[in-house]
Amino acid sequence: MEAFTTHTGTAVPLRRSNVDTDQIIPAVWLKQVSRTGFDRGLFAAWREDPTFVLNDPAYEGGSILVSGPDFGTGSSREHAVWALQQYGFRAVIAARFGDIFRNNSTKMGLLPVVLPGEKVEALQSAVEADPKLEITVDLAERQVRWAGEAVAFEIDDYTRWRLMEGLDDIGLTLRHAEEVAAYENGRQPWLPTTV
Amino acid sequence: MGRTLAEKVWEQHVVRRAEGEPDLLYIDLHLIHEVTSPQAFDGLRLAGRKVRRPDLTIATEDHNVPTVLGPISDPVSKTQVETLRKNAAEFGIRLHPMGDAGQGVVHIIGPQFGLTQPGMTIVCGDSHTSTHGAFGGIAFGIGTSEVEHVLATQTLPAYRPKTMAIEVSGELPDGVTAKDLILAIIHQIGTGGGQGYIVEYRGEAVRKLSMEGRMTVCNMSIEAGARAGMIAPDETTFAYLKGRPHAPQGEQWDRAVEYWKSLRSDDDAVFDKVVEIDASALTPYVTWGTNPGQGLPLGEAVPSPDSFADPVERAAAERALTYMGLTAGTPLREIEVDTVFVGSCTNGRIEDLRSAAEILRGRQVRTRTLIVPGSMLVKLQAEQEGLHEVFKAAGAEWREAGCSMCLGMNPDTLQPGERSASTSNRNFEGRQGKGGRTHLVSPQVAAATAVTGRLTAPADL
Repeated sequence: MEAFTTHTGTAVPLRRSNVDTDQIIPAVWLKQVSRTGFDRGLFAAWREDPTFVLNDPAYEGGSILVSGPDFGTGSSREHAVWALQQYGFRAVIAARFGDIFRNNSTKMGLLPVVLPGEKVEALQSAVEADPKLEITVDLAERQVRWAGEAVAFEIDDYTRWRLMEGLDDIGLTLRHAEEVAAYENGRQPWLPTTV
Repeated sequence: MGRTLAEKVWEQHVVRRAEGEPDLLYIDLHLIHEVTSPQAFDGLRLAGRKVRRPDLTIATEDHNVPTVLGPISDPVSKTQVETLRKNAAEFGIRLHPMGDAGQGVVHIIGPQFGLTQPGMTIVCGDSHTSTHGAFGGIAFGIGTSEVEHVLATQTLPAYRPKTMAIEVSGELPDGVTAKDLILAIIHQIGTGGGQGYIVEYRGEAVRKLSMEGRMTVCNMSIEAGARAGMIAPDETTFAYLKGRPHAPQGEQWDRAVEYWKSLRSDDDAVFDKVVEIDASALTPYVTWGTNPGQGLPLGEAVPSPDSFADPVERAAAERALTYMGLTAGTPLREIEVDTVFVGSCTNGRIEDLRSAAEILRGRQVRTRTLIVPGSMLVKLQAEQEGLHEVFKAAGAEWREAGCSMCLGMNPDTLQPGERSASTSNRNFEGRQGKGGRTHLVSPQVAAATAVTGRLTAPADL
């Protein structure tokens, strides 16, 4: 996983709510068996509309997506995270996220930042007024900063540590293999197997 | 203080708990399909890791498979299905491929084999894994990184979500189904209402649901934003499970049932949130918009965006009406559809097919109507009951098992601008095909709609 400590960049304001993962990466793109090439499918249907924000040259190179509430709802497809990262996004800011999407993001090093709805709107407006506005997403300080504003966000210590170190969850769990084996010895005898 | 059902099941599965870390949770059953697993198996190979418990893992082919007989024509879909076959063989995982009698939608086959049991933890790289909570376990969808984690370790690190009780009082009126109930719940709490929660569905109306109905309700928990939905096991659960291939037998059955009976929220358990809904006041529900919270009783009209006080909801409604090609004030019953889809992990079980057949018996459909059984065993049972003859006589298409038009990864899709009444779970833009317009409905409403060509309740016929 790519480590995340702090990131400064410009943003893309996405003024839509309930941006489900079917919009982020439509199902037709999920047939790939590799982990690459999903940037081309990012918001594939919406990008056909020339007025869609990602087609606006003013926001070219934006690395922070600032969305309406309930971003990443719906399907569990991690391809949504891969698509956003491969397109160049490092963080997504919204008032609410779909649980699975948020979880998937922290496994891959894409930072989901929850800010209050009014702060998200203020940031969207600031970016619309000045698309080159520099925004800093600071995981170490748990803060988003722009143009004299500094807004705190919450993230649990463990996830923050894992993201800052870029640690692989599987490696961490395998350190506890003995505890897993001990648990397995005490499982209820009627539990099914698939064989 | 007493404990909730979710807390009991969670605690039973904690392998390791340490200050400042998420719990390490043991996973009793891992379901696999072709779409979200290939990159996870690649990860295992790269790291030189094995599958820790292939005997707690089962795979099926469902998302990409065609529902007409014959090979997969799309070469990309074909590669994905072949990749699953190769991975299952390499890592020693039981697979039900296309054409196999046990093949079907991943959330249909677990329960039908008796692999889904009360008190279990079940995961799958698919958000509708919440379906399995109908048996009183904790079941939730995960992404591909977590699929790889479960394959390698049979565990997941996770924080226990908060608990929500949805108390459903009263009885569902005749002609009102589990699907209408869950659509009404999602409308009430919103698509984000369940975020951060495991929902337990409780109350008289829930107790009276069949296992099929309970699975429909739990299935769409994710559409309310909840990570999981669950229902305490009872005699209905035990009767459904008894005698299934992987259900406990003999003395083990008795021991299991004794334990399963303890799997209920204690009377003095405290939920983090309680939501109440009166089942007796419900009527058939349909969606008009592009998220599952945008639903209304069939007797109402397409709402005006101005009727939403919240500016975010108002903007969402405006956008939805444009996408759906609808005008505010149009009675929902006047909306004409091109296609009816009966199937999916939400409503592709035998009971769903029976209720659709009951309405189509002796009638003719006026729309393209796809009836897609959720599994090959559901298909076989329906054919033994003669339901396929009813569908065919009505002019509907009787298909092979798969996810089909729920998400249109196979050739079953809507064309741009086409409108469906669908028993599936998501009315997102383009979900059933680019530019397609989806109205979520119960199997009964789907069948009645097929007869008239407009959104219709069975009572209207």
